[in-house]
Amino acid sequence: MYSWLILSSLAKIVGILFVVILPMVSYTVYAERRVSAFIQDRPGPNRVGPAGLLQPIADVVKLLIKEDFTPAGVNTFYYWLAPCLAMMPSIITIAVVPFGSTLFDVPMVIADVNIGILWVFAIGSLGVYGIVIGGWASNSKYPFLGGVRSSSQMISYELSLGLAVIPIFMLVGKLRLTDVVRYQIDHGWFIAPFIGDWANPVKWLLAIPMLISFFVFMVAMFAETNRLPFDLPEAEQELAGGYHTEYSSMKFALFFLGEYTAMIAGSAVMVTLFLGGWHFPGIPDGSHGWIFGLTNIVVFFAKVTALLFFFIWVRWTLPRFRYDQLMRLGWLFFFELALVNIFLVAGILACFHV
Amino acid sequence: MAIPASRPNLNWRERAFLPAIVSGLFITWRHFVRYIFGRTKVTIQYPEQTRDADLPDYYRGTPALVKDEQGRIRCVACQLCEFICPPRAIKILPGEIPTDDRFAKVEKYPEEFDIDMIRCIYCGMCEEVCPEQAIFLRKDYVVTGFTREEMVHRKDKLLEIGGVMHGVVLKWNDKK
Repeated sequence: MYSWLILSSLAKIVGILFVVILPMVSYTVYAERRVSAFIQDRPGPNRVGPAGLLQPIADVVKLLIKEDFTPAGVNTFYYWLAPCLAMMPSIITIAVVPFGSTLFDVPMVIADVNIGILWVFAIGSLGVYGIVIGGWASNSKYPFLGGVRSSSQMISYELSLGLAVIPIFMLVGKLRLTDVVRYQIDHGWFIAPFIGDWANPVKWLLAIPMLISFFVFMVAMFAETNRLPFDLPEAEQELAGGYHTEYSSMKFALFFLGEYTAMIAGSAVMVTLFLGGWHFPGIPDGSHGWIFGLTNIVVFFAKVTALLFFFIWVRWTLPRFRYDQLMRLGWLFFFELALVNIFLVAGILACFHV
Repeated sequence: MAIPASRPNLNWRERAFLPAIVSGLFITWRHFVRYIFGRTKVTIQYPEQTRDADLPDYYRGTPALVKDEQGRIRCVACQLCEFICPPRAIKILPGEIPTDDRFAKVEKYPEEFDIDMIRCIYCGMCEEVCPEQAIFLRKDYVVTGFTREEMVHRKDKLLEIGGVMHGVVLKWNDKK
């Protein structure tokens, strides 16, 4: 019994990590470069392989064989630790996210723990340590400034991130992420309740605070993953690359890929919480046959990909915020908005006895 | 004295940012779709496609020495270009023309004429200063090499790029 659990978990870990997530990370980098190029009316990397599809492989080879330079005066232990700390939390976060229903009666979630979302926040917040330690251990002024900026930014937006998801768990009543998906299958997706009891007007009324929640959560996620409107920790023009200025070769690549892994993990959490997870109207879950189980996984990653595209699209549209604007937006707008939103949902729940 | 910059007064729509963000997203989306469907053509694929035919006459490419109609090097090794060259890319070793030569009255010719293309900044001052109109900036722009030595254009290389220039000055022709 236990050996089967261990074996299936191992298969899931290896499968999801090495077959889906890591290739997805490298191809998100490729997509970032291509989409940004299209938006700026140029072709982007199109030489390596058909339409440049082998570009990530060429990049990996290049980064692996580059000189791994350690500058004099760095704190070697933390200098080596930081890139790992930047990459690992976002990978570990994905463990609790249900990426499919069931496949051959095996639930498609690596660890179906009952503290789901708390795990996501607890581990996801550790990502800031990679940046802060990397900035500090480099013993250089620009990385240090990047690390300082990053820590204050993450602390500011962690609040709205946490407050934005509270309305969901007021409705669901459980923290387990599979229960959140199950609830959305029965009652409709949180930001678009067009299935389940969709004729119920209270559901559509609840969609309004859910949209606000989604908006706040998404903006906070942009800030958490250091994406462009809030990419002050790296800010090429101001800080010469920020916290990873002193890093080269694969250590730099780990920082770089860590950012994209965090993007994927964030999108996966967002899909699970607001967009119905692996569910799509009309497609039954995996208990009706393995082909449906597989379709559910594809649906989940299609939604993640759509969100990733949105992340990239926003990055190449918006300019960077100034630091005081960022702080004012976080503390004086999103924090309050998320807080009021909780009372709004509580009011709706109390008035209509949902 | 500090001069306070005047800030525009934003109305409530502009202060909310969201309409501006959404319209910005639509602008980038339009560019994206247009490129996907091949309706924007801004860039060219360089090594396969070039704009060599469209280069203007005043284009400043690599400097080159030219020969005149009689096949003589126009340069008289006056070293003005060597003197004017801002990055000091030109190095000339003058030589004497023997008295029994057809062009003996010219007196000097460059025995060696090197232009270091790592240093050259394509400013065209050598062309401007040359009293004999012997050095010209041509339309070649692909200068490559694996070593620093390869990047130095010697006299034969410069003459090869330059070719023969007709007209312009006829000072050293036989008639005169």
